[in-house]
Amino acid sequence: MTAGALLPYTVKPHPVTGVYSGKLGTWLFLASEVMLFGALFSAYVLLRVGAPHEGVAAWPAHEQAGLSWKIGGFNTLVLIVSSVTMVMAWASLKMGDLAKGRMFLAITIALALLFVVVKLFLEYMPKLTAGHGPSHNNFYAIYFTLTGLHALHIIGGVIVIGYFLLFGHKLWYENPDYYTNRIECTGLYWHFVDLVWIFLFPVLYLMN
Amino acid sequence: MSDAHLDISKHIRTYIFVFGALAVGTVVTVAASRVNFGGHWNMVVALAIALFKASLVAAIFMHLKWEKYIGIWCTLGICAILFAALMSLPSLAAGDLPTGSRQGTWDELPAAAHGDAGHAKATDH
Repeated sequence: MTAGALLPYTVKPHPVTGVYSGKLGTWLFLASEVMLFGALFSAYVLLRVGAPHEGVAAWPAHEQAGLSWKIGGFNTLVLIVSSVTMVMAWASLKMGDLAKGRMFLAITIALALLFVVVKLFLEYMPKLTAGHGPSHNNFYAIYFTLTGLHALHIIGGVIVIGYFLLFGHKLWYENPDYYTNRIECTGLYWHFVDLVWIFLFPVLYLMN
Repeated sequence: MSDAHLDISKHIRTYIFVFGALAVGTVVTVAASRVNFGGHWNMVVALAIALFKASLVAAIFMHLKWEKYIGIWCTLGICAILFAALMSLPSLAAGDLPTGSRQGTWDELPAAAHGDAGHAKATDH
């Protein structure tokens, strides 16, 4: 029994929706993710507006908060490139080239891990060793919550892409279109994670 | 199959172009943050650039430009409305925050708060 026989409309479009079911499901999931991050951005707005203008509880300037636009900007470019490699992986599979597709998936994972390493060692560790953890004040609370949740999403994406790179690619030999569609859905998630960072970077690193 | 190759080849050129646009957008975002536009305009400019970049990602990388199924557009439309409502709620409540807000570090709370965290959090308003 082929993998496509277990679930319907994994390749053939659904007669009602006109798209394969995985794509619709992924978009619905991403809509819920928008509300998740939206709630945190909303909390950021309230905390920022409510912060006093001076005193220890005032919203810190970027230098005081230890936020470097160079590190943030570098991470932004890393994620943008990873988005390109993710869509190139899908394009390669669409053109029937599994080897190239897997190569681009591997590059995407490498870039994602670079992002996490930079965030952990160049941003989180200096703050935590200086005693500026999430409980220090409201700024650090929302900073660690927003970027921490985003980093967890990156790690989750790495696990999924890693599965398709190392084990899931066997599906290609049974049903290449099904495998390509799964990569497309994974790509949708990955581009959303990039999209969140596109907003996080200016909000946290550039707006004073 | 060869037609699919041609279509995807055209897309690849678009992906590279969008990457360039996103990289330039990132540089412009940083440069714009160095300019004082006055008032809240810095925030407006930064978010406008971010929105433009996000639109490129959504349209090209996420293939929304070629998406014909109305259900996905309806999902996104409802999501956008709810997101806008979510973002406007704290702005409406901002005027209710007390002046001289008592937000601060843990060390600044009264000594009693250190011994009874639950009581301190319930009354610290």
